[in-house]
Amino acid sequence: MKHIISPLDLTVNEMTELLELAEDIIKEPKKYSSSCQGKKLATLFYEPSTRTRLSFEAAMLNLGGSILGFSSADSSSAAKGESVADTIRVISSYADICAMRHPKEGAPLVASQYSSIPVINAGDGGHNHPTQTFTDLLTIKSLKGRLSNVTVGFCGDLMFGRTVHSLINAMVRYDNVSFVLISPNELKIPDYLRKEVLDAGNITYREVKNLDEVISELDILYMTRVQKERFFNEADYVRLKDTYILDAKKMELAKKDMLVLHPLPRVNEIAVEVDKDPRAVYFKQAEYGVYVRMALILKMLELA
Amino acid sequence: MLNIGGLNQGVVIDHIKAGNAMKIYEYLQLDKADVCVAIIKNAKSNKMGKKDIIKIEGPISVDLDMLGVMDPDITVNIIDEDRIVEKRHLHLPESVTGIIRCKNPRCITSIEQELIHKFKLTDAENGVYRCVYCEQAFRRN
Repeated sequence: MKHIISPLDLTVNEMTELLELAEDIIKEPKKYSSSCQGKKLATLFYEPSTRTRLSFEAAMLNLGGSILGFSSADSSSAAKGESVADTIRVISSYADICAMRHPKEGAPLVASQYSSIPVINAGDGGHNHPTQTFTDLLTIKSLKGRLSNVTVGFCGDLMFGRTVHSLINAMVRYDNVSFVLISPNELKIPDYLRKEVLDAGNITYREVKNLDEVISELDILYMTRVQKERFFNEADYVRLKDTYILDAKKMELAKKDMLVLHPLPRVNEIAVEVDKDPRAVYFKQAEYGVYVRMALILKMLELA
Repeated sequence: MLNIGGLNQGVVIDHIKAGNAMKIYEYLQLDKADVCVAIIKNAKSNKMGKKDIIKIEGPISVDLDMLGVMDPDITVNIIDEDRIVEKRHLHLPESVTGIIRCKNPRCITSIEQELIHKFKLTDAENGVYRCVYCEQAFRRN
């Protein structure tokens, strides 16, 4: 039995199979509408996350399965002090598969060690969120047509953004992928990612401060939010904040077929005027999150 | 320098980062061992400026490679009949269970006390170990 704890738990071949299945679901969703009849997904959410939980639940319902679970630690036995290991042992007898979100890093890994059903990590603190990465990969593969031979720009908070770290880790496995890392000095990617992934893998990348200067080179622009509280002082924030806001003027400089992704929620880092640009695919990306989770559930239950 | 007598048979743990001798002493549980032990702190070292040394008389039966996890610069000399018979280069183990602790407050090990702390070697060249749960690098100090 396989669990999905990290975005790298799937090999490149397994990832290709997953994305192909997701693309088939996009094409013919009805074909899969009763694939999970009689199966139950437990959503064990120890902290609130509307989008991810609803996306998992929609995926299972689309497959004809049922759902059960809790959406905060307060409404679970964790409030009484039950360990993750004990909870999962019990839930294993109630459901066929589970998705777990937990504020503590590594909790889903602990669950997987005691579970008799497949465990999907639905986000563990600031650590891993593999189904977000799968969603990002499906969006790029489906709308760009390829995962290799692309220049990907990451813009905003690259230090604390786990979606950025995971996607970099996943994309370096494809040929001829280069990165442009656009952020203020304070929010550059962490050292370990630079040394252990990019430098060690001999990956082409550049670190720059200004989006305007590089946007024309990008095939994919992955936006993240720059939070005010991450800055050391107010003056730096005021000076830099507009640099990392994508608006129609900046989009004019970009390639005609560049795609703009964002893990959402968006606050003000992408101006609303960009939403109508066909290159803005972040809402499509959220929709693809359901398809990729459908494909993952089918694969993990060995139903496809 | 302070003079400590030579060893006829035993182990000299050398090049311990100054200040770390007691951690090694505790890990090896030398307080419970019925052997003669000398701890030398802040000895002069050309290479390190200051270093700690532990001399143990008699045989000890612990996995000395684990010392490399705590301090990768350590060297171990095995002494027999007043001579160094082996200079052991510590081989960093691929994984370490129940010896070092994850200090990341966001790690699941910080709230579930019964979990055994486990680390894996992710960068052999620099001796970097990461917690298997949260992947935070182990900080030696």
